[in-house]
Amino acid sequence: MRSRARSALTRVTRHAQAGGVVLDGVGKRYPGRRGEPDVEAVADVDLEVAPGEFVAVVGASGCGKSTLLRILAGFESQTSGVVEVGGRPVTGPGSERGVVFQDYGLFPWLTVRENVTFGPRQRGVPRQTARRHALEVIETVGLSRFTDRFPGELSGGMQQRVAIARVLANDPALLLMDEPFGALDALTRTQMQHELRRIHRETGTTVLLVTHSLEEACYLADRVVVMSGGASHGVPGHVSQVVTVDLGDERDVNGESFNALERRLVAAVHGEESAP
Amino acid sequence: MASLTAGRRGGRTDAALRAALGVGVLLLIVLLWDLGVRGQWVLVFGIKMAFLPPPVEVARLLWDFAFGGLYDDAYSAALWEHLGASTSRVLAGFGLATAIGVPLGVLMGRFVWVNAALDPAVNLFRPIPATAWVPLVLLIIGFGNQATVFLITLSAFFPILLNTLAAVKEVPPRMVEAGRMLGTSGWGILLKVVVPAATPGIVSGLRIGLGLAWVILVLGEANGIDTGLGAMITLAREQVRTDRVVVGMIVIGLAGFLSDRVLVRGLGLLFGRRPLVRA
Ligand SMILES: Nc1ncnc2c1ncn2[C@@H]1O[C@H](COP(=O)(O)OP(=O)(O)O)[C@@H](O)[C@H]1O
Ligand SMILES: [Mg+2]
Repeated sequence: MRSRARSALTRVTRHAQAGGVVLDGVGKRYPGRRGEPDVEAVADVDLEVAPGEFVAVVGASGCGKSTLLRILAGFESQTSGVVEVGGRPVTGPGSERGVVFQDYGLFPWLTVRENVTFGPRQRGVPRQTARRHALEVIETVGLSRFTDRFPGELSGGMQQRVAIARVLANDPALLLMDEPFGALDALTRTQMQHELRRIHRETGTTVLLVTHSLEEACYLADRVVVMSGGASHGVPGHVSQVVTVDLGDERDVNGESFNALERRLVAAVHGEESAP
Repeated sequence: MASLTAGRRGGRTDAALRAALGVGVLLLIVLLWDLGVRGQWVLVFGIKMAFLPPPVEVARLLWDFAFGGLYDDAYSAALWEHLGASTSRVLAGFGLATAIGVPLGVLMGRFVWVNAALDPAVNLFRPIPATAWVPLVLLIIGFGNQATVFLITLSAFFPILLNTLAAVKEVPPRMVEAGRMLGTSGWGILLKVVVPAATPGIVSGLRIGLGLAWVILVLGEANGIDTGLGAMITLAREQVRTDRVVVGMIVIGLAGFLSDRVLVRGLGLLFGRRPLVRA
């Protein structure tokens, strides 16, 4: 069963080439509310993400992590710089860039299966094909027993699995996740991290994960982007450091090297935070 | 498990108690009504209970109105004809109000230009009660069926429109973002995301609209109509048949109540387990 599910996901791999990300001098200025000055959320962000790479973005709240992700998703447009995914400029949301929200954002009036077939059906995939593919994807996130449930009947962790499944059903080249496990309890969170790791390996999809947890970042990412600043600091949010996670494939969260790296990240995040 | 079962049984006892309480109050009202009529009470607002028929008489008349066999007059077993005529007017008006109000509300809630164009007009017309429209309607449409259906449409229209509008505006932006990142745009977002997300609010509007449709029915049917509950009440008043007036009131009240149940049940059948109606 599992192997069939895997084959469904490996089909995605050919799209992964399209998942490279280029941010070049990206800035975002939100118009200020009545009488107030504009909010310069981020400025001069340069970042390249290779196809298939897993990049985590960390930093204090307000430093513009969500803003960057929303620009890549196409929900917002940058006010300066170049934003490209798969070599093409981002002009709006698209099904090749799947977004996983912290609050899941599932359609409560649709069953798990209908939520997962929503994307493919909207793209014109025939009903039967979409259904079959959906069942496979639902299996890979371990929810086969719940296909006919409604989101409101599921736990937070299960809802987030559905949210991941519904974007995977679209064979996305890029997965954008904004603190996806932030609302989950510690145990569920760890489980979800394992699953995300497995899914990333099986699909080869490029992943950009915003997280508050440095451990999560160390455990999952190939590289960790540390952001700092933020409108409330008087400096626009920017990338202050990019840390390569050279821990190999099997990562022991209690291991010596893991902890050393995590400490390095803590220093990077907090050092920037307390700087003038 | 044990506590669960106990909890459920407790819930059932609760429900039974609540039902008994409700029925008890109803019985009390009927009892006071009876006592008041016998004792010729005069209440606040100058309500002279002596002018009311006693409940037993109303019950007999209601029975005869529904099934006949007691008085054998023009109203014996005539309830269904009157009810049918009234119901079809309510349904016509309510259907029309829904057919216009829901799409218009969705468009106003979603497109700023539609909203900008229609908002002032809506706000200008909305405060005019349907009752205030009656004289004008009688002059420009004339007595009869069309005027009645028009008044019902008018009174059901605004709550349906405004509830739909509010529901659409309150659709979480997250729902729209989810739809868009999954590959939907334009009409797909409107029909597959916004409308279902707004459905609980739209249904609330429909229920209010349907209730108002029955309210305005009596006014509409008061003029130039022979068959209908409102017509029957109006005629009874002209003949000073208080008992018949009360019978008509009861039937309209029940009809309004039942139509709401039917609407909710019908939508329940349509939606199945989907959480699309507010609890
Ligand atoms: N729609 C918006 N309008 C105005 N300011 C915004 C908007 N969205 C975010 N901001 C501001 O931009 C800055 C970065 O926000 P955000 O990207 O959400 O940070 P993070 O996700 O890192 O916490 C914050 O100062 C925030 O107040
Ligand atoms: Mg954020």
